[in-house]
This record gives sequence, C-alpha cells and structure tokens, in this order.
Amino acid sequence: MSVGPVEAFWLITRRELYLSFRRPEQLLQPLVFFLIVTTLFPLGLNLQLSLLRDMSPGVLWVAALLSSLLSLDALFKSDADDGTLEQLALSGQGLALIVTAKTCAHWVVSGAALVMVAPLVAIALNIPSVAFATMMVSLAMGTLTLSWLGAIGAGLTIGLRRGNVLLSLIVLPLAMPLLIFGAAATDRAISQISAAGALYFLAALCVFTCTLAPFAAAAALRITLE
Amino acid sequence: MTGGGFWEMGGYARYVWPCFALAAVVFAWNLWSARRYLAAARLRARRALAMAASEGDEHQL
Amino acid sequence: MWTWFYKLASPPYVYSSAAALAPWFLGLAALTVGYGVIDGLAFAPPDYQQGDAFRIIYVHAPGAWMSTFIYTTMAVAGAIGLIWRIKMGHAVAAACAPIGASFTILALATGSLWGKPMWGTYWAWDPRLTSELILLFLYVGVLSLRSAFEDAARGDRASALLAIVGVVNVPIIHYSVVWWNSLHQAATVAKLGKPSIDAAMLWPLLSMFLGCMLFFGAVLCLRLQGEVLNRERQASWVRQAVKS
Repeated sequence: MSVGPVEAFWLITRRELYLSFRRPEQLLQPLVFFLIVTTLFPLGLNLQLSLLRDMSPGVLWVAALLSSLLSLDALFKSDADDGTLEQLALSGQGLALIVTAKTCAHWVVSGAALVMVAPLVAIALNIPSVAFATMMVSLAMGTLTLSWLGAIGAGLTIGLRRGNVLLSLIVLPLAMPLLIFGAAATDRAISQISAAGALYFLAALCVFTCTLAPFAAAAALRITLE
Repeated sequence: MTGGGFWEMGGYARYVWPCFALAAVVFAWNLWSARRYLAAARLRARRALAMAASEGDEHQL
Repeated sequence: MWTWFYKLASPPYVYSSAAALAPWFLGLAALTVGYGVIDGLAFAPPDYQQGDAFRIIYVHAPGAWMSTFIYTTMAVAGAIGLIWRIKMGHAVAAACAPIGASFTILALATGSLWGKPMWGTYWAWDPRLTSELILLFLYVGVLSLRSAFEDAARGDRASALLAIVGVVNVPIIHYSVVWWNSLHQAATVAKLGKPSIDAAMLWPLLSMFLGCMLFFGAVLCLRLQGEVLNRERQASWVRQAVKS
C-alpha cells in the first residue's frame, strides 16, 4: 500500500518524537547546557545586575546557538548508523519531505523546548518580564532557522571524523545574521522601543531558510548517501 | 604630494606602507603556493605513472 | 558554438589551455599592477579629506572586490560540477578557494589599517565589515569541508553545496552600505553614471582592479593545472603532459 506525502510526513514526525522521548535524558542535556553556559557569563564577568541586563540579549542568544548546535549532531546520525536513512531515501517519498519531517520533529524537542526554558534563563540574566514575549518569539524563529541551517550542515558532515567541529564551523557563520537580529530584537524590547524591524527581518530570514533549506538539506543527504 | 613627502605619506606612513607590504605578501604567497601545488601534483602524477608502468612489467614476467 | 563549451569539460583541454594562458595573464598582471601601484602611490594627488591615507584604496578596494568575485566564481563552478556533473567545475572551485581566502584576509587587514586613522578604530561591527568577516569564515568552512572527506569526489560535491548555500552572503556584502547606516562609505566606482572620484585617482584604481583580475587568472590557471592532474592521474594524456 502506498502512502501519501502528508501521511508520510506525520509518520516520520511521530517516529522521530517517539524515539526522542524514549530517552528523555538526551532531550534534557542541551537545555542544561543552555542553563550552564548562560551562568558562565555572569560568573566570569562579575557584573552588577544593571550591566548584566545590557549584555543579556547577546549572552542569551549565544548560549541558545551553542546548545542548539549540540543537539544537531543527532539529527541524522543514528539513522545513518543503522541504515534507516538509506531506507528512507529509497522509500520513494521525496527526500525533501523526509528531511522536513525530521527537522520539524527535531525543532519541537530542541528549539521549542529552549523557548520554554528561556524565561528562567532570562530571570537569571535580569531581563525584565516586559521583554519576555519578544524574546520568546525571536528565539522561536531563530531556533527554527538554526534547525534548518543545521540540517544542511548535518547532512554534509554525517560520518566524518570531527564532524561535530566541522558542523559548527559551517553553521555558525551562516547563523551570524540570526544572532545579530535576534539579539537586537530582545535588546529593543528591554529598552521598550519597538522591536518590529528586527523581528520582521528575523521572520524574513526564517521564511527564506524554511523555503529553500529542505532542498539544500536533501541535496546534502544525496551527496552523503551516494 | 603633501608636505609629508613620499615615504612619510603625509604622516600616514605606518598605515599606508604596511597595507602595500601586505598586498605584496598576499601576491607572493599566491604565486608561490600555486607553483608548489602544481609541482606536487606533477610529482604525484609521475610517481603514479611509474608505479603503473612497473606493475605492468611485473605482470609480463 | 557549443563545441567550445564541451571542450571546457575536457581535462586535457583545460590543462593545456591553463598552461598556455598562465604566463600571459601573469605578464599583463605585472604591467597593470605595476602601473597602478606606481601611479597610485607617487603621482595621484592626495585626497582633500584623507590626505595620503586614501592611497590604501589601491590595495583595499581591489582586494575586497576579488574576495567576493572569487567566491561567486567558486559557487558557480561548484554548481556546474554539482548539477551537470562536470568534474572540471569542481576543479575550478577547488582552485579558487585558497586564492579567495587570501584576498579576503587582505581586504579585512587593509580595511582595518585604513579604519584606524579615518574612523579612529581598527574594527567596527558594522554590516559590511561583519559580512566580509563571515565571508572569510565561509571560505574556511569550504576548505575544511573538502579536506575532511576521504573520497575526493564526495568532498568536491559537499563543498560545492556549501559554497552555493553561502553565496547568499555576497549580495549582503555589496548592498550592506545601501540597506543599512554603515560606517563604511558607499560605492564610488560601481555606480551607474559618473563615478564620484577624480580622474587622476581613478585610472590607477581601475588598473589595479584589472591587474588583480589578471593575477587571479594567472594563479587560477596554475592551481587549476594541479587540480586537474590530481583528479586525472590515471588518464592516458597525463603521461605526455608530465613528461617534461
């Protein structure tokens, strides 16, 4: 029996989520990393709370970027190791569809989880609660874009020695615009100026990436699996 | 020329001359590196050919 | 007409053409760069605002142009290799990467040295400088990715894809001074209509642009010969080519 694309999408997404929740500790690790890295900055810099507030958007975003990178490695790795990835590629469903399903599931357990945890971190960094909404919206769009950039990078570096380092080397330069606009949006929200411009730009980056990245990531997988 | 003379570059000598020196280094490195790359590639090709030729001889024995 | 295009896909043709063209490119580059440097340093009048410091433009602007031009060339060549499976495309892309990275470093360093007397700082996180720095990281990524693969063909294809994904940065670099309030000055030469720079300053600058393009051609031909040899070691035409 053949399966339509929408059904295939949900099947793969459900599978990814089931597999992720089977090992809840694995899900918590990037979040804990996020918390730890955020703590490092105030500890290392020994700032007064008021100065910490000025730095907080940048610190928050850098920590979010780095912890997202940690979980990206797992996107294709286990499926590549046991041959499931090749089976999926041969299944006849478009590779772009498969990649979209996997990336969306990945974002739900990493990016969305990060957004949920962000208010806690924000309190630690002395970000006023008036900025929380903007911060969470910007983080949601930013982590989604990052998941897609990471999908391309992960597709290119499956199975390489030191693939982790190479993945960061590839993804971080592409993610720099995200950092700039995401931190700017949060910064403006803290200063209670309109963050609309930065948020629109972030949304544009998000839409641009979500539209084109599936094809790039599928091409990357095709290169690796050949 | 401004009152600083050619080598003084109007007072900006320590910015202007390092820039041109750096450009010279970049040009020189590119030429040297490319020549070295080509020489290494030719050497490897010659070695591969020599190995293939000697293997051919062994098969004839 | 298309036979010319098909010839470009042929390794022996590419190798012999590159070998023949390289000395010509190099000779012409020496003449144009030589004229540009001498005229720019000694004979162009000093700038009304910047004095003699403006002469840095003669190495900074061509360097910056080459950094983006070479990246675009690398991305296009990689795309040709990826889409039409023409190996010579990958050879060109591989040859471009180190050359482009060196010009990016030149642009960043000379820009920094120019920034200190003009803006009072060696660095600023403004859009053009930041996106040029990202370009350098992209070059490093492409070089690292290619060398991480044991299968050279797969490495070629992976770094071609990365180069294509990163080409989005190139229009950002060019238009950053238009889209944002940037410290960096807007385009003086590449505007439609009259360039906003004096003729006596313009000629050596144009000569430097041309000279750097010719120099790139020469170095590309040299590296391309090496890339072709590395990819075609087993082929029969190689025997004749490396005999000398």
